[in-house]
Amino acid sequence: MEDLTAQKQEKENQESGEEERPLGEITAASSQDLKSGLSEPLESEQGPETGPQSRSSPPESPQSRDSAPLGDLTEPGASSPPSPPEEPSSTPPLALSGQGLEAPLQAHQTTSVIPEAETPHSDHLKQSSDIGESTHQTCQSTGNAFPQFQQTNGYLYEPRDVSCSNSKQKELRFDIFQEEDSNSNYDLDEAEPEAAPSVLEIAIQNAKAYLLKTSSESGLNLYDHLSNVLAKILDERPENAVDIIENISQDVKMAHFSKKLDTLQNENEMLPTYEIAEKQKALFLQGHLEGADQELEDEIAGNSLPNVMESAFYFEQAGVGLGTDETYRVFLALKQLTDTHPIQRCRFWGKILGLEMNYIVAEAELREGEDEEEAEEEDVTEERDNEDSEGEEDDELPRSFYKAPQAVPKEESRTGANKYVYFVCNEPGKPWVKLPSVTPTQIVIARQIKKFFTGQLGTPIISYPPFPGDESNYLRAQIARISAGTHVSPLGFYQFSEEEGEEEEEVEGGRDSFEENPDFEGIQVVDLVESLSNWVHHVQHILPQGRCNWFNPIQKSEEEEDDDEEKEEELDYIEQEVGPPLLTPISEDLEIQRIPPWTTRLCSNLIPQYAIAVLRSNLWPGAYAFCNGKKFENLYIGWGHKYSPESYTPPVPPPVCQEYPSGPELTEMDDPSVEEEQAFRAAQEAAVPPAEENEDTDEEDYD
Amino acid sequence: MDAESLLLSLELASGSGQGLSPDRRASLLTSLLLVKRDYRYSRVLFWGRILGLVTDYYIAQGLIEDQLAPRKTLYSLNCMEWSLLPPATEEMVEQTSVVKGRFMGDPSHEYEHVDLQKVNDGDKVFEEEVVVRIKEETRLVSIIDQIDKAVAVIPRGALFKTPFGPIHVNRTFEGLSMSEAKKLSSYFHFREPVELKNKTLLEKADLDPSLDFMDSLENDIPKGSWSIQMERGNALVVLRSLLWPGLTFYHTPGTKNCGYIYVGTGEKNMDLPFML
Repeated sequence: MEDLTAQKQEKENQESGEEERPLGEITAASSQDLKSGLSEPLESEQGPETGPQSRSSPPESPQSRDSAPLGDLTEPGASSPPSPPEEPSSTPPLALSGQGLEAPLQAHQTTSVIPEAETPHSDHLKQSSDIGESTHQTCQSTGNAFPQFQQTNGYLYEPRDVSCSNSKQKELRFDIFQEEDSNSNYDLDEAEPEAAPSVLEIAIQNAKAYLLKTSSESGLNLYDHLSNVLAKILDERPENAVDIIENISQDVKMAHFSKKLDTLQNENEMLPTYEIAEKQKALFLQGHLEGADQELEDEIAGNSLPNVMESAFYFEQAGVGLGTDETYRVFLALKQLTDTHPIQRCRFWGKILGLEMNYIVAEAELREGEDEEEAEEEDVTEERDNEDSEGEEDDELPRSFYKAPQAVPKEESRTGANKYVYFVCNEPGKPWVKLPSVTPTQIVIARQIKKFFTGQLGTPIISYPPFPGDESNYLRAQIARISAGTHVSPLGFYQFSEEEGEEEEEVEGGRDSFEENPDFEGIQVVDLVESLSNWVHHVQHILPQGRCNWFNPIQKSEEEEDDDEEKEEELDYIEQEVGPPLLTPISEDLEIQRIPPWTTRLCSNLIPQYAIAVLRSNLWPGAYAFCNGKKFENLYIGWGHKYSPESYTPPVPPPVCQEYPSGPELTEMDDPSVEEEQAFRAAQEAAVPPAEENEDTDEEDYD
Repeated sequence: MDAESLLLSLELASGSGQGLSPDRRASLLTSLLLVKRDYRYSRVLFWGRILGLVTDYYIAQGLIEDQLAPRKTLYSLNCMEWSLLPPATEEMVEQTSVVKGRFMGDPSHEYEHVDLQKVNDGDKVFEEEVVVRIKEETRLVSIIDQIDKAVAVIPRGALFKTPFGPIHVNRTFEGLSMSEAKKLSSYFHFREPVELKNKTLLEKADLDPSLDFMDSLENDIPKGSWSIQMERGNALVVLRSLLWPGLTFYHTPGTKNCGYIYVGTGEKNMDLPFML
């Protein structure tokens, strides 16, 4: 840029110089003409000073005088050589040394002056020499500031190409400015690091890097923010900057406020929260929705919904429970369940903890119009048919006569372990899932394994005795076991129903149904705490067979009795499994290696008159029951595992089958020798009839 | 859980069914304040409850300014009268490791353990039955110590290490972010680091010395000894220890609310590998 302008300037100068020349000549000539006589003394006056120059090169003198201030310098330089060195020598050190810090500032000033100086420069060429003086001054001042120019003054002594040297000087001057500028900056920057140790430098860099860290929320960094704030303050120059710095900072931030970047991840993060909230909202709203059809509600409701909050209150006294808000959500979820399913009676069974999610379990008794069970039953009978058909086929080759142990059929719905139907959900608000009914095999195998629940009903259970079914079956089996073990009620609350009880006695000797005792007068809380015999089981005991009611596996096999004699041996072996009958006091429960199976306590020792009795199972940690004399409730919250003081031992592998014993059926006789054959032939010839009999017996032996 | 915010903490930790009855809560709020004054602790934690057959032990811990300094443990049977427990020693842990089964709830109860010891009598070596009596209080101390060392949890960033060494509560801790809260690596063992020294330089390179000065949960053995769940629609993170069933850690992401409570029988789950 500067080069271009400089060249232009040069041209202009040259042109103007050329233009001037005739003018100068004219003036000179005219003056010479006019004052030919008078000028002589003038010239003679100047003569000693400039005489040789002007004489030697008359046309150049006006050029040198007009075109550039430096031209003026040459004249004094020529006339009085000591003066130019004096001027620069006095000022330049001042500019450099004394004002080293201001150097950039000065540089700015000088550079800003130059363009100004240039325009008058060209103007001046055409007009008067007054401005020429001013430019001369400015140029001098710039020249003073930078002594290096003085060296270039050497050129100026060669007046033949002043304009050229002038432009060169400008270039040079500019370069020097730049150099100066950069030098001064460099000095300012480098001064400290050179002095400080490198550790400090690194620390500073770290600090700066920290300040430059961009916040993920606003997209700003503190470094930029601070510089923006300072810039704003310096721009506006408020009176009390220190007092309103917070506001300024805020203003700057507001100015930076930009639209949040739309990233997918960020939005997704909150989604599940809203999703479950949306579902739970439905729980809270359903009351209004259901209000529309009053009749239906009256019909269904009756007393199907349990008073969860009341029992939760008592459990809270005992120090058990889910917390108020979660209990209420469960309560609402139960209401949703009773509204949508044909449920006669319902109860909050408890909560089973899982690895990923938990199960909230509701125990329900369905109303009469329930028909889903039958479909499942058919499947089982089909399987049995298949087994039978296999058994009938008889061929020459021996078939495997191992028969799977008699499958114990599962109990009908509404009886035994399948008395209740269980619904589970992972969280209140999520849909309830009905658990399948439990089979005895599942219970038997569930007793041998110990697995954590994952929270996904479809998870396969991988265990050593292969578990028939997935997690929903395992969960159902554990629920059945826990219910059978820990559901208790105060003595007298339930009684055997009259009609049914008698019938049962004839068949099994144990009764399996009961009803609420209308004459129940309540029981003293202190008695409940002091004596375990005041609590009774009201859920049937599950036999080792996996059923509540004894199923005789031999009855069925009697039809096939003709085939195998071994079955008869089993008949003697198997005895009927008997467990404690219904409504047995828990004081008769088995001890777990000197550990009592139940712990009773009064919920508060401080106010015993209003305390309630709390029962805790040591066999199933997490199972609780309370009774306040009149009311009682059972609750289970835990992992769904049985307690044992010993660590779990996997079941031993089944015995290896013995090989067939080596007997006469397996061993063969040696081949008949010649003597024997000859003897045999002799005997055959002797008597024909007995030989046939012999052959028969041989055959029998070999088969 | 902090004694000051006991009620909120109990509410948050109630998902596991472990709570306190109202009279226990009220008495704890009163008595822990007094404990803090009398023993001059800077912070008192309600540690939890060990279920005994007859009565339960309520356990509290007192912390001084340095959070990782050895903690003082107190127990109470009625939540009002607190007694200081002696610090656990290696010897105690070894001695009580032979005792199995449930706690009785009586600190002076003595477990009898029959030990066979070889006695050299001249040339003959014969075994002699020695009855070792172990007080339940000793067992309580060692169990609490084991649980503390194994499964006490603190979220990353809740504590920070000052340049002078002591570890302080981080006042600027604003909770874990949602994505961090779901990862086990953002939770630490609330104890002096053990495995940190065994890490390679490469692993240590990314750690922030003022925050990552404790062991992370993700390296626990066996893998899967923690169940991490988002409850209440992602509003609450709950960590349950499977190795010591009964320990529940809760944290509300984005807030300072965090803590752990142990309610259980004080027995280690040795069956864990079978159950996963």
